[in-house]
Amino acid sequence: MDFHYLTAHEIARLYRRRELSASEMTVAVFSRIEELEDRLHAYITLNKEQALAKAREVDQKLARGEDLPPLAGIPVAIKDNICTKGLRTTCASRILYNFVPPYNATVVEKLMANDVVIIGKTNMDEFAMGSSTENSGFHPTANPWDTSRVPGGSSGGSAAAVASGEAVLALGSDTGGSIRQPAAFCGVVGLKPTYGAVSRFGLVAFASSLDQIGPLARDVTDCALLLQAIAGHDPKDSTSAPRPVPDYQAALRRELKGIKVGLPREYMGQGIDPAVRQVVEQAARQLESLGAVIEETNLPHIEYAVPAYYLIATAEASSNLARYDGVRYGLRSQQSADVMDMFMHTRSQGFGAEVKRRIMLGTYALSAGYYDAYYLRAMKVRTLIRQDLLRALEQFDCLLCPATVTPAFKQGEKVADPLQMYLADITTIPVNLAGLPGIAVPAGQAGGLPVGIQLIGRPFGEDLLLGVAHAFEQSTSHHKLRPQL
Amino acid sequence: MEQVEHVALLARLALTPEEKELYSRQLSAILEYARKLEELDVSDVPPTAHVLPLRNVLRQDQVGAHMPPEEALANAPEREENYFKVPRIV
Repeated sequence: MDFHYLTAHEIARLYRRRELSASEMTVAVFSRIEELEDRLHAYITLNKEQALAKAREVDQKLARGEDLPPLAGIPVAIKDNICTKGLRTTCASRILYNFVPPYNATVVEKLMANDVVIIGKTNMDEFAMGSSTENSGFHPTANPWDTSRVPGGSSGGSAAAVASGEAVLALGSDTGGSIRQPAAFCGVVGLKPTYGAVSRFGLVAFASSLDQIGPLARDVTDCALLLQAIAGHDPKDSTSAPRPVPDYQAALRRELKGIKVGLPREYMGQGIDPAVRQVVEQAARQLESLGAVIEETNLPHIEYAVPAYYLIATAEASSNLARYDGVRYGLRSQQSADVMDMFMHTRSQGFGAEVKRRIMLGTYALSAGYYDAYYLRAMKVRTLIRQDLLRALEQFDCLLCPATVTPAFKQGEKVADPLQMYLADITTIPVNLAGLPGIAVPAGQAGGLPVGIQLIGRPFGEDLLLGVAHAFEQSTSHHKLRPQL
Repeated sequence: MEQVEHVALLARLALTPEEKELYSRQLSAILEYARKLEELDVSDVPPTAHVLPLRNVLRQDQVGAHMPPEEALANAPEREENYFKVPRIV
């Protein structure tokens, strides 16, 4: 039996019928990794022995007839900026090449309580800074649909692993689109939860007011299952929202009749690939045929989102990354005469080009004389963008737009021009600035490459988003397409 | 170039001459693009630093379990007893 492209809910059903064991599934995933990893490079660190031991433990529990959580025995990959106790966590950076966390992120604790099998740590853009996974300090990841193309970033390893059968589910993190953009490029489902809906404790900080952990999955049902497992208030995270977690599985059964979906004009204008625009328009008609009411709307300040984002995100990054100085963990430069010298050389040797560029930009934006002109202004523009989105969401239940403006681009195409790379996130960034939930769902193809739509919801409206995405998915077959590998 | 050197010092980065030249060019282009924000009148707009209305989230000030020194120091590049060791400061 070919297990590579089964969904988590299908696998769970097979486990309970004794038609498949967690050990068999885990072995199958590792043999898939062995087969493909030379071409894809989706992982930085594998966790084979512990994964097989965990799978055996789940099999024993199943044999004893224990009542197990829905994700028990499901192979899950974790982005390498999420701390895993005893398992190397590098953020794809040379500065953390040897860091072994002494604690688990809350999401990892929650997954362990759900008896999942942790396969390994996935590749990413260094410190989640990038839109292609070419900025990894270890190796670039390839897109499973066309290995000459990028999988997107920064959760490119997680998206590629799920798309290729190297994992069933994966966790990513999304600061400016880092879950939704690679999900769209790799033809999988990716959800960025509302800021505060999922604990950030143990997520290595890039831009603290924007970062969120979220699921990547092969279909919306799996996405809801993984979100259910990781969502909820965490007293260890002061930015975690004290709210009850909805029943996301029940939310999947939503009827679309009467749901109002806004189609922001600004997202469909200049700069969007005609094939992507066509996919979004088709998706709008599909939702309409299911009973949704589609109307155009406008978000007048959205064109200012990218510059505002890159000033805010880099300012926060320059502060967050000050902790990498070679004193307590990670790389320490040996060529140092004194402490200052050690800081400077450690950081210069340990950080890659994009990280240094962003630290420089953020330090400049926060420095005396420039704070008001750049950082403070960007935070005020953030207010306008948030107001635009919230105003539109008062009128509509959710918004529909492209997840990305083009399908996956070629490796090397944008990496030398940072501004071009930054513009790749133009469709996803506003959601992070406003702290809203957004989901990317496969909705078509362009030249043999996946194209995704994005649905944006009200704060803590993940249940509605999942319901709309599920209804769309179940009425189409895009999510069933798989790369030929 | 002088400004790049000053910012690099603030950021504790020792840049090579090639990096200084590259960042000077790239950061100028990015900041030029960021000037787009000047098109907007934001004089009456409050800044958003954070999207959640959470304020002063504090826990009880109680003694609890903590990480043993051995674990806390396990990743130290260099240590001496229960201290992180660094090059001479003074």
